[in-house]
Amino acid sequence: MSETPARQPSIGLFATCLVDLTRPSVGFAAAKLLEDAGCKVSVPGQQSCCGQPAYNSGDAADARAIAQTVIRVFEGFDYVVAPSGSCAGMIRHHYPALFENDAKWLARARALADKTHELTSFLVDVMKVDGLEADYDGVVTYHDSCSGLREMGVRDQPRALLGQVSGVALKEGEEREACCGFGGLFCVKYPDISGRMVDAKVDDILATGADTLLAGDLGCLMNIAGRLQRRGSDVRVRHVAEVLANMTDGPSLGEPGDESKK
Amino acid sequence: MKSTAANFEDNAEKALADDKLKAALSKLSEGFPAKRREAADRLPEFESLRDQARDIKSHVLANLDFYLEQFEARVVESGGTVHWCRTAAEARTTILRICRNAGAKTVTKSKSMIGEEIAINEHLEHHGVEPVETDLGEYIIQLRHEPPSHIIAPAIHLSKEQVADTFRKSHPHLAPERALEEPRALLEEARSELRQKFLAADVGLTGANMLIAETGSIALVTNEGNADLTYSLPKTHIAIASLEKIVPTLEDATTILRVLARSATGQDMSVYNTFCTGPKRAQDLDGPEDFHIVLLDNGRSKMLGGEFHDMLRCIRCGACLNHCPVYKSIGGHAYGWVYSGPMGAVLIPNLIGLDEAGHLPNASTLCGKCEDVCPMRIPLPRMLRSWRTQQFEAGKTAPLSRSLLRAWAFVTARPWLYRIMVAPAVSALAALGRKGGRFRRLPLAGGWTKHRDLPAPEGGTFVSRWNRGERPGEKKP
Ligand code: SF4
Repeated sequence: MSETPARQPSIGLFATCLVDLTRPSVGFAAAKLLEDAGCKVSVPGQQSCCGQPAYNSGDAADARAIAQTVIRVFEGFDYVVAPSGSCAGMIRHHYPALFENDAKWLARARALADKTHELTSFLVDVMKVDGLEADYDGVVTYHDSCSGLREMGVRDQPRALLGQVSGVALKEGEEREACCGFGGLFCVKYPDISGRMVDAKVDDILATGADTLLAGDLGCLMNIAGRLQRRGSDVRVRHVAEVLANMTDGPSLGEPGDESKK
Repeated sequence: MKSTAANFEDNAEKALADDKLKAALSKLSEGFPAKRREAADRLPEFESLRDQARDIKSHVLANLDFYLEQFEARVVESGGTVHWCRTAAEARTTILRICRNAGAKTVTKSKSMIGEEIAINEHLEHHGVEPVETDLGEYIIQLRHEPPSHIIAPAIHLSKEQVADTFRKSHPHLAPERALEEPRALLEEARSELRQKFLAADVGLTGANMLIAETGSIALVTNEGNADLTYSLPKTHIAIASLEKIVPTLEDATTILRVLARSATGQDMSVYNTFCTGPKRAQDLDGPEDFHIVLLDNGRSKMLGGEFHDMLRCIRCGACLNHCPVYKSIGGHAYGWVYSGPMGAVLIPNLIGLDEAGHLPNASTLCGKCEDVCPMRIPLPRMLRSWRTQQFEAGKTAPLSRSLLRAWAFVTARPWLYRIMVAPAVSALAALGRKGGRFRRLPLAGGWTKHRDLPAPEGGTFVSRWNRGERPGEKKP
């Protein structure tokens, strides 16, 4: 890396509930990337979910209660980093909106919002990471998740980082910026519409001929992996952090694991 | 139009099963978005034009009474009449009265979404006046007795074969063996059928893309020129428009025209852009002798100053439909009322109520693409969420989702509880799924597993494993 902030910055790693519960590998990969970039990483035990399911379902009161917990737990760090554009976007943009009418909490929400980042954009834009040591033998295609792209401005950063991984060939899909149809609770409330959307996404991925799909949000990845596998495809699916951190020994999403692992 | 928005799920299911519709929608999604992109890229100031267009409308909405009164004064000065109508019913009655006073038997009509909103065709027919749609797409769906499925491309859901079929059935006086394979042939046939109607009409009914306060003019935008024949040939011209269509000056109108065409179809300008001011003057060669504007509120004034205020900036360009992955999956009819896509999902509950249209704001992933392309920078996702909040607060969220959501929220707001409760469940699931790597079916997860497998959790939770000191290494070389 070329240049890092003078002091070793303290990072509160917000793992996100999906990573915490279903794919710890992504958390370990994110932590490793941050440490390698010169950060001091903490994973507060008092974390769970960012509150987006409640917020997007119109349950503002519960979303506020969850936001207050997250603010309390994370406001002491220099930065908050999440391996998800969606959860980082929730903290960055929607926490302040939740406290519009509460000056005291609004100030705290804004302060947290200002230092909250999506993982890959944090590594590139803030930590100026350059020269990752990782290799991945594969033709990958990248899905731009909606909140990452449109709320957090994540587009070039993961690609810049992938460019540093030896062996990676990137083949872009035409519709890489189209929504995959996950949408949190949307995919279970309107399964057939969501199914049509993820099918379009899968068609686009298959058309690239890539053997691996990467993205920065686990929700999208689970959705797309699930549909790829239902359609019998053997395209492997991973969170981009796993490839960047050189931690691709374990099974990809939905792939059978080996019994000896935890 | 009678709403079927309450049956959104059934409507959507039908739409998803319709292969012809699927083909039509895939054409739409290949066409319009790419053309918009190219048009925007050709114009370096496109983004700043969007800002200007937004600011014009925001200013108008903050001073709506002033501009509406100015507009009315100018219309009256130029010899026209303005009819203020609070509801759809008032507008229908007013239009029928004007038609009757003009002794009208047929009324030609150019495309108007307000016309759809107040269901003027049915009303006129019911009272013995024949309305004739003159926009090609509207003409087709009028023959088929269907509502429009898109605000600027009303027959986008149909293939040209379906249109040819409709023409054969509806024009029995023409040679049955005529060739109708080419779009050109369809266009020619519609044109020659309509020519007589244009000449015979007693009243021309148009919408208005904008109302210009400083001159009392209306702007009519088409690609077919049909609005020009509709308003200029008959003796009486009625334009129907909702309140928020007003802009202060001609200059403002041209700014909006520049973003409208680019956002809608990717054209730099639509083909026909007409400004009509008042009835025919002594020195004019043609034009209507009577000029009426029916100004409709129908719920707009209630939106002013509230959460949906910004929706009143909408210029009905259709970009949000063209780019919406949900619209592209199910088309416009599934929304169950006149409007569709993201703008419809925000507007329809304002006009016909949240009880009837409650599904619409929920049937979105909030992906944000609509706001991204909306020339008027309307925060559509935020408004969809506002509707959800209103539903939730009124206790109208489905009871099961409501209790599951509240339970999840209760647990996640108390991370210690989350650790105790959720972690063991996940470990059990992980143990169950480790061998296969994923689930094809799972109790309570039918919504998910209907179309996709569920990747099994890896096992353990990240937070506890990390805090126990676990540090898996890099992959082995
Ligand atoms: S909401 Fe925006 S994009 Fe959609 S029709 Fe209106 S102006 Fe166009």
